Amino acid sequence: MDFLRPASWEEALAAKAELPTAVPIAGGTDVMVEINFDHRRPEYLLDLNRIADLSEWEVGEKTVRLGASVPYTRIMENLRAELPGLALASHTVASPQIRNRGGVGGNLGCASPAGDAHPALLASGCEVEVESAARGVRMIPIDEFYLGVKRNALEPDELIRSVHLPKADGPQQFSKVGTRNAMVIAVCAFGIALHPETRTVRTGIGSAAPTPVRAKEAEVFLAAALEEGGFWDSGAPIPPSVAKQFAQLASGACNPIDDVRGSAKYRRHAVGIMARRTLGWTWESYRGNERSAQCA
Amino acid sequence: MAGATRTPTNLTQGGKTDAGIGASTLRPDGTLKVTGEFAYSSDMWHEDMLWGFTLRSTVAHAEIVSIDTSEALAQSGVYAVLTYDDLPTDVKNYGLEIQDTPVLAHGKVRHHGEPVALVAADHPETARRAAAKIKIEYKELPVITDEASALAEDAILVHEGRDDHHSGHVPHPNIVHRQPIIRGNADEAAKKADVIVSGEYVFGMQDQAFLGPESGLAVPGEDGGVDLYVATQWLHSDLKQIAPVLGLPEEKVRMTLSGVGGAFGGREDISMQIHASLLALRTGKPVKIVYNRFESFFGHVHRHPAKLWYEHGATKDGKLTHLKCRIVLDGGAYASASPAVVGNASSLSVGPYVVDDVEIEAIALYSNNPPCGAMRGFGAVQACFAYEAQMDKLAKKLGMDPVEFRQLNAMEQGTIMPTGQPVDSPAPVAELLRRIKAMPLPPEQQWLAAGEGADVRALPGGLSNTTHGEGVVRGIGYAVGIKNVGFSEGFDDYSTARVRMEVVGGEAVATVHTAMAEVGQGGVTVHAQIARTELGVEQVTIHPADTQVGSAGSTSASRQTYMTGGAVKNTCENVREKVLDIGRRKFGTYHPAWATAELLLEGGKVVTDAGEVLADLADVLEGEAVDLELEFRHRPTEAFDLKTGQGFGHVQYSFAAHRAVVEVDTELGLVKVIELAVAQDVGKALNPLSVVGQIQGGTTQGLGVAVMEEIIVDPKTAKVRNPSFTDYLIPTILDTPTIPVDVLELADEHAPYGLRGIGEAPTLSSTPAVLAAIRNATGLELNKTPVRPEHLTGT
Amino acid sequence: MRVTFTVNGRKQEADDVWEGESLLYVLRERMGLPGSKNACEQGECGSCTVRLDGVPVCSCLVAAGQVEGREVVTVEGLADFAKQRAEKGGCASGACGTSLQDAQQWQSKPSDSELRSRAADSQTGENTDLSPIQQAFIDAGAVQCGFCTPGLLVAADELLERNDSPSDADIREALSGNLCRCTGYEKILDAVRLAAARGENRTAGQGA
Repeated sequence: MDFLRPASWEEALAAKAELPTAVPIAGGTDVMVEINFDHRRPEYLLDLNRIADLSEWEVGEKTVRLGASVPYTRIMENLRAELPGLALASHTVASPQIRNRGGVGGNLGCASPAGDAHPALLASGCEVEVESAARGVRMIPIDEFYLGVKRNALEPDELIRSVHLPKADGPQQFSKVGTRNAMVIAVCAFGIALHPETRTVRTGIGSAAPTPVRAKEAEVFLAAALEEGGFWDSGAPIPPSVAKQFAQLASGACNPIDDVRGSAKYRRHAVGIMARRTLGWTWESYRGNERSAQCA
Repeated sequence: MAGATRTPTNLTQGGKTDAGIGASTLRPDGTLKVTGEFAYSSDMWHEDMLWGFTLRSTVAHAEIVSIDTSEALAQSGVYAVLTYDDLPTDVKNYGLEIQDTPVLAHGKVRHHGEPVALVAADHPETARRAAAKIKIEYKELPVITDEASALAEDAILVHEGRDDHHSGHVPHPNIVHRQPIIRGNADEAAKKADVIVSGEYVFGMQDQAFLGPESGLAVPGEDGGVDLYVATQWLHSDLKQIAPVLGLPEEKVRMTLSGVGGAFGGREDISMQIHASLLALRTGKPVKIVYNRFESFFGHVHRHPAKLWYEHGATKDGKLTHLKCRIVLDGGAYASASPAVVGNASSLSVGPYVVDDVEIEAIALYSNNPPCGAMRGFGAVQACFAYEAQMDKLAKKLGMDPVEFRQLNAMEQGTIMPTGQPVDSPAPVAELLRRIKAMPLPPEQQWLAAGEGADVRALPGGLSNTTHGEGVVRGIGYAVGIKNVGFSEGFDDYSTARVRMEVVGGEAVATVHTAMAEVGQGGVTVHAQIARTELGVEQVTIHPADTQVGSAGSTSASRQTYMTGGAVKNTCENVREKVLDIGRRKFGTYHPAWATAELLLEGGKVVTDAGEVLADLADVLEGEAVDLELEFRHRPTEAFDLKTGQGFGHVQYSFAAHRAVVEVDTELGLVKVIELAVAQDVGKALNPLSVVGQIQGGTTQGLGVAVMEEIIVDPKTAKVRNPSFTDYLIPTILDTPTIPVDVLELADEHAPYGLRGIGEAPTLSSTPAVLAAIRNATGLELNKTPVRPEHLTGT
Repeated sequence: MRVTFTVNGRKQEADDVWEGESLLYVLRERMGLPGSKNACEQGECGSCTVRLDGVPVCSCLVAAGQVEGREVVTVEGLADFAKQRAEKGGCASGACGTSLQDAQQWQSKPSDSELRSRAADSQTGENTDLSPIQQAFIDAGAVQCGFCTPGLLVAADELLERNDSPSDADIREALSGNLCRCTGYEKILDAVRLAAARGENRTAGQGA
């Protein structure tokens, strides 16, 4: 095994171009587990810790450019207003120690369906900025990023540099089921973002299909129901029948498996419950009743 | 150990002499533990040591067709590769009670993760890479995974040709041990019942999940022997199993206890001890083995999963009429402590209740599942889960309050156990229940306490943000349990303590040397307290535990304060008499009280019972040391009759009761335990701070198996599916509630200081109390633990 | 490969490090600092928690090569780290050298008073140089087997650095990445409450 320590982004890209099998390591929270447990013996480890740029973020007028290695703790603490869904998701990641090290680049690079950031990223409608020495920058819409179980749209010579997320234009929520009250991998998870500017709703589901997915039918249904009922303008409560239908459609978007963490049937069920609840919370918030969690 | 740079050290603690028994004296190893200097077994280090690695079977049941180690041996940095063929003597197996466990697999593997080969190399990674080059060809066999497959007509025998002492009386060779208990006439008594309830209960496989994985260091000695630094629960039991396999006399296997990162039963059996010794003796170099968490799940036995069938009857005024029950424990591939677990499960299956007519059967199976053995609560835990569920069902059917129903049937001093043994010390079962019921309930909806929306940290789901109060229902449940203390069934259970008293620097000091495994429970604290109380000294040194002193027995069965505490007390009393003899010889002529008065050692002085000081201990002991090593035994017990289960089988009983308050997200099936109140009789609290710590810790392990902890074994392959802390979950601080503890001290006149073993009882009733509370919240029957969200949501 | 970094204020160097080694392994097996514990090696227990450039991390998940040139504080250096912080309002780098021998033979003066009255009683551990959180763990009975203790101490110390009067919920959240199997956590909560009640300025540097 070789340990590569590029001092700059350009050096990192050059190394990845020359050694496409090199495994990038930033927070180490996935890669080191695989090494410690002898599941993986990469020929090269490509350390990204020395590239300061990856741990920085910029808040623009419309978007936030979030460096791939910005620790979840920083997202929770500093980007709650701009990226509420991702901040909530960040708070559910593993433990404080892991949140101090891990960032969205790791979740995206691994592309495990259980990654906590995915539902929030899907719901936000972000783009992933990847780059190769040969072809330069490429912006991958999040909807095109996840290709299969632990497979993503990265080319072997590419590295994830940042994520460009639209600043929230409405309430966002994130909810995750685990069988422990902290430090737990998702049995399943659900993210929702209301987009009042476009009068749309986006969602994301984690751990309930081979890849993170959106509940597109549910989104379309809800957007139509909100539009037809004039809810965006009236701010009236969403009828239980609409919430119920939204939840059912969210459940229907799942394609889960049975595993040690939970049954497929439970995952479908729980995604429906989370969809209904998070819709309720975001809508209440949209209506101006601040009822979000104290430590959200 | 010459050359080693890190080994266990003496623990010396001074203190006022009123820091004797009954005081919350602080741990003598506390500073070492908070500074990182305490030498745990995984911290052992020797300059030129090698790293050992264990290659384990990837299948559960298979014939080994061939093993080829040549490529591994050829690796640079590899010093030895060992298989069954390299074992040095005819003794190839070990085991606590039945020597059925191969040191390295021979011809066959019987469970997933069984050790097959060993490697010693200059770096752990070198050893792992070499092990990966060992070629093993398996021919897989059908797996036995439950009672039906174990006892089927054509079932393969897990162990052929059994000749152990249980083999003669078991109905099938795939049953390790069977213990029936018949008393009265359950069929007749059932006719008096106005209500009968029955149920089938399932208890999942729990792991001890001690935080310090199996590890240790073996150093070859110049005499051909070996010095072994390990974490274990019982040095001398290890020694008896290790020495024959190594072909060494016991005196050439010198064992020292290094720091133990928790045990809970999981270190009762051998893990890496023999393997490291074999590699050290083969290579002539010190060898360190450290399991990682994955391997640790295969490196020790687990709590027996169980199926329990219970039938109780009661009269309409709430008196129990009879019990019929059948308990099937899965012992897995090797016997470990299964026979004793069977004895406990059967003899304690009635719980702390008066039932005169019983028909009980408990068995442990051999299967290809992971071996199961000792874990805190040991057979009594599984039974308690079932009988407490039954009590609630009965109370409900009778329309009675569940606590009052239990109190009505509670045993007390003088009650006859189903084994015919009278309970001859306090058994305050009804009082413990009264106390937990009387405790104030925690406030409702604490998630709103902060005042700005819901604090998810106080809600089911916690940080995962699953509810802000939606679907949340509170439930309350009660449970009480009974656990035996000490080794039962006629076992010659003893401990040994050596105590030396001498003058050092002008002060009389004591040194206590035992082989007791300090696994965190605080035995070393208590030994120093006892020495202060009995010998009137301030400074006490605790010598590292090793095999240079007689056996202390195991740190299990809630027995060490009773047994090794008792041994320290007993030796101290004898040392005191010797000291007084010296005093009488030196100073007897100066004061008549030396001959006539009752003399005590207090505050570094010899005093009369009237408080008159006769001499300084330092003067008495000037130039003379007193040094004694003595054994201590509890009163003898008897084996249970193999047909009727009758016999004076247990030394002492221990009781705890719990009230659980839970909040359940009924839609998502997630549980938050809000409070677990405990009341326990401890006889005498030698160290109240430690007592409360034990009760809270035991309670939390019971909580874990109620709502999250289970080793999941694939029923088709018998392979473990979740051997990691990612998927075997134990409670975090956000899963653990406040645990108010109410301690009773009703002395047991048979025990030293009247104390009662305390470590296990709180693990028993915690689980059924949580289950009862969840049932109370949801109205569901819930016959399996741990409860999963699927069970609560019907998914 | 060679790795050079600062541990507890001292520059340390390790040679022949295998590239797959974790910071935890290097600390424990190459630098003679076994205080950080190897309980799970998968970031699921917190026993190996250290400060990396001030931030609490699981040292089992930091590749040794990633620590090059950086600063690490382990439980062995916690007392000095806290002392420096109390004196200077933050641990100045380069001068936090730790003396590992000092704490070896601690003489306790046991207290028979209740926990709350211990808050005002600083006589325990008079001859040692412990940080307030270390002393509080001893006094509150928060140590049993002690394997989780080093990681918890580092995490709890960092919590109190950020928040000198945490609520119980704050304590629980901050320590939710540290598993303990012995205590049921109640006495760990007591210890953090006790350390917070005592306050750093009253006790740090006074050996209690």
